[in-house]
Amino acid sequence: MNESWPILSLVTFLPLVGAALVFFVRGDAETVARNARWVALWTTLATFVVSLSLWTGFERGTAAFQFVERAEWFPGTGIAYHMGVDGISVLFVLLSTFLMPICILASWEAIEHRVKEYMIAFLVLETMMVGMFCALDTVLFYIFFEAVLIPMFMIIGVWGGARRVYSAFKFFLYTLAGSVLMLVALLYMYGEAGTTDITRLMGHGFGRQAQTWLWLAFFASFAVKVPMWPVHTWLPDAHVEAPTAGSVILAGVLLKMGAYGFLRFSLPMLPDASVAFTPLVYTLSIVAIVYTSLVALVQQDMKKLIAYSSVAHMGFVTLGIFTGTRQGIDGALFQMLSHGVVSGALFLCVGVVYDRLHTREIARYGGLVERMPRYAAVFMLFTMGSVGLPGTSGFVGEFLVLAGAFQASTWAAAFAALGVILGAAYMLYLYRRVIFGKLERADLRDMVDLSRREIALFLPLVAVVLWMGIQPKPVLDVFSASVDQLVARYQQASIPAASRVASLAD
Amino acid sequence: MNVPALSFGIALPELFLAVSALGLLLYGAIAGEGSYRRVAGLSIAALACAAVLLFAGAGPRSVGFSGLFVSDGFGTFMKALVLLGAGLGLVLSLDHNRREDMERFEFPILVVFATIGMMLMISASDLMSLYLGLELQSLSLYVIAAFRRDSVKSTEAGLKYFVLGALSSGMLLYGASLVYGFVGSTGFEAIGKALAAVARPGEQAPLGILFGLVFVLAGLAFKVSAAPFHMWTPDVYEGAPTPVTAFFAIAPKVAATALLVRVLVEPFGPLAAQWQQIVWFVAVLSMAVGAFAAIWQTNLKRLMAYSSIGHVGYALVGVVAGGKAGIGAVALYLAIYLFMNVAVFAVILSMRVQGRAAERIDDLAGLSTTHPLMAAGLAASMFAMAGIPPLAGFFSKFYVFEAAVRSGFYVLAVVGVLTSVFGAFYYLRIVKIMYFDDVREALDARVAPSLSGVLAVGSLFTMFFFVMPGPLVRAAHAAAASLFP
Repeated sequence: MNESWPILSLVTFLPLVGAALVFFVRGDAETVARNARWVALWTTLATFVVSLSLWTGFERGTAAFQFVERAEWFPGTGIAYHMGVDGISVLFVLLSTFLMPICILASWEAIEHRVKEYMIAFLVLETMMVGMFCALDTVLFYIFFEAVLIPMFMIIGVWGGARRVYSAFKFFLYTLAGSVLMLVALLYMYGEAGTTDITRLMGHGFGRQAQTWLWLAFFASFAVKVPMWPVHTWLPDAHVEAPTAGSVILAGVLLKMGAYGFLRFSLPMLPDASVAFTPLVYTLSIVAIVYTSLVALVQQDMKKLIAYSSVAHMGFVTLGIFTGTRQGIDGALFQMLSHGVVSGALFLCVGVVYDRLHTREIARYGGLVERMPRYAAVFMLFTMGSVGLPGTSGFVGEFLVLAGAFQASTWAAAFAALGVILGAAYMLYLYRRVIFGKLERADLRDMVDLSRREIALFLPLVAVVLWMGIQPKPVLDVFSASVDQLVARYQQASIPAASRVASLAD
Repeated sequence: MNVPALSFGIALPELFLAVSALGLLLYGAIAGEGSYRRVAGLSIAALACAAVLLFAGAGPRSVGFSGLFVSDGFGTFMKALVLLGAGLGLVLSLDHNRREDMERFEFPILVVFATIGMMLMISASDLMSLYLGLELQSLSLYVIAAFRRDSVKSTEAGLKYFVLGALSSGMLLYGASLVYGFVGSTGFEAIGKALAAVARPGEQAPLGILFGLVFVLAGLAFKVSAAPFHMWTPDVYEGAPTPVTAFFAIAPKVAATALLVRVLVEPFGPLAAQWQQIVWFVAVLSMAVGAFAAIWQTNLKRLMAYSSIGHVGYALVGVVAGGKAGIGAVALYLAIYLFMNVAVFAVILSMRVQGRAAERIDDLAGLSTTHPLMAAGLAASMFAMAGIPPLAGFFSKFYVFEAAVRSGFYVLAVVGVLTSVFGAFYYLRIVKIMYFDDVREALDARVAPSLSGVLAVGSLFTMFFFVMPGPLVRAAHAAAASLFP
């Protein structure tokens, strides 16, 4: 790999260049909209192609950060522009760049007013997301982490549904309130360790009491972002009101930022506190899995149902991460990637029928299979992916998480397994009500099946879900070394804790 | 130390401005009413020349005029901000004064006089010169607050400002007299030495000096409009003519904060443990008032008044943290605050419905469709004021809180970030009105080039500060370092 070629910066800031191009698009309204769409599509496609070199050039079997770039940024403070990816983050970069062209394409016809601003918001959003996964400096990380809020606030607020203002504010203020506490924690770590370099902070070893406070501050931020029960309430609102592509990105990438934060900060930097707070995380995760699954069962709104299912699936992720076992963390990472693709695809499925009928109410649909067989097949596949059917990506993640959970706590695993059953229940129930049944309503009879553009949207998603489900090894190989190192470090912290308990018992 | 009796060299920018202002006053008096534009242009030029002289004469710390006046890196940085703020304030006033029939040559001259007062405040190294500078500034400001004699609101603002300002000056003077009574000198250096002798760790400082400190602080807190001495701010901001409000929100705020910093660090430095408690309380209260009271405002100028109270609170967090890091953070905060503020006021001044000035928040409805660039600039300033990265306002808050955490003021930092979340609500509300709401009554399409120019400068700085933060951050910290020899 050519070391001098700043590939991460390129992937991060190429969308921003595209946004600048869109900004300077001139002409009458029609031309501006058309050109903005095409520029955005080509930019995101180019970004994805460039990011593919991360997949080919990434060296497997090492936990070291790769494609590292470093430049002086704030003089005299050590705060630097420091980018790099390891096995844990590289796939999220790819997930973001992969979903982005799909989002642009999904908005092709659905977004009719202020297309230019919409495309700028999405391109800026991509820069922030990718940058966040690449940042190796805490300040840089925080900047990207927070900056995501601005374009997302706009996307929900300007192009959202009826209660968009409420949802946009709730989304913004909820996540901001969590994040600012993390800022204080980051500042404390900076003062304590004298560096904002994530790689060096991982080896710093904070005092036991400091860890507790720092962990709680990080938890406030990441738990909102994941979102974990009981701070998940912003998510259904945001999802329901956001335009389809906004939901896709929200579910696909933004929800992963919190879990990524746990893996990047809480576990490696604050292992003692992570061990100490594991029961709390287990409890909240299990409540999330069981409770939100039950809530999902009674939803009348398709998007809301999938939003609650996201909370449940992210419960698996947090559970897996805090088992501290190889399988658990492997499974959590896999589940995050799988959920990113599957839930994104499910929101697209909702978007397809929403574009035709402009309602998300489940009761308005039924019998779609008669007029839309291709749609029914695609929807079926992603429903199965969400349920975790073997052969789809969802299975691998859930299985590994449960395997890890059984090693750590049988009870937690048992409850989580219950969540798998409930997951099958609400997804199949949704599928039955929308796709099967009698085709009674007149407007449903006129529904047309997937257009060519929509097929182009779904094809790559279908391929990825099946590929990850049938052949998960290439994906697992990417992060195995990084997870090994994380687990090894985590075990070191948890073993003294266990032996302390043992010595007390003596 | 060998102090020369008169050292004109170190006060060259101030002297130049004073001579220019007097010359312009003569010119205006002779040329009569029609001379406004020329006087305004020449005033801006004089401010620019003063800035050039300021940078040309920048050097190591030197004291002159028998210890009344000090010139150092901190002073240079703050004076540069004041001159920039005054210059931009005058530019902002051009269009408004033409439309609102306020083209009177006294206006720019009063602004220049106020600027001289501010520069003296920044450079004061004696309680006497401090007071003289402060009064020169305040008297000029009282007059321009009431500049629209025919408007009840404007005269009310001027009167209110005058009465309360006089009260606070009285408190400041009373405190100064207590300090003088205790120390036997009004020079900062002598006070610092005397206090260092009495303020031994673990011992209670004498009560008299503490009273003096409290009164001085109360007087200065009034001038920076920190809670609980903020009551005048919303009324004055709302009542004063808008360009005057813009000027108030920028230059005097910088000057008074700089003065507060110098007074606390130089003469009262040995009593840091005492004043930190007071300033801590004032900072928390200001941040809270700024965040909560602004939520219910419907008038943009009033909203900006509460916003400025909040921002002073954040700047004071840096003062509490103290040291080079804390004061450097304050200096950076003021610089970034200046740019955010000019952008916002450029928008407020451009808001006109069929030629009438509009200043309700609701008048902004749908601005993003009628004036997309203006809306984008204001939105950037709003997100920046809320402290959202990567905009400049985040970095100013970042440095302040960094200094606070480093000095162990965790509670202060946590209160600060939480109030900034509440504050984010009303900044977001403005973005919401511009972007999410539909147009009710479109604002006039034409915007004066002077206003759009200032808006572009302010918002581009706010948006792209993160690209190259080095120079400004370095300058701010160098300025702070000069206070700690």
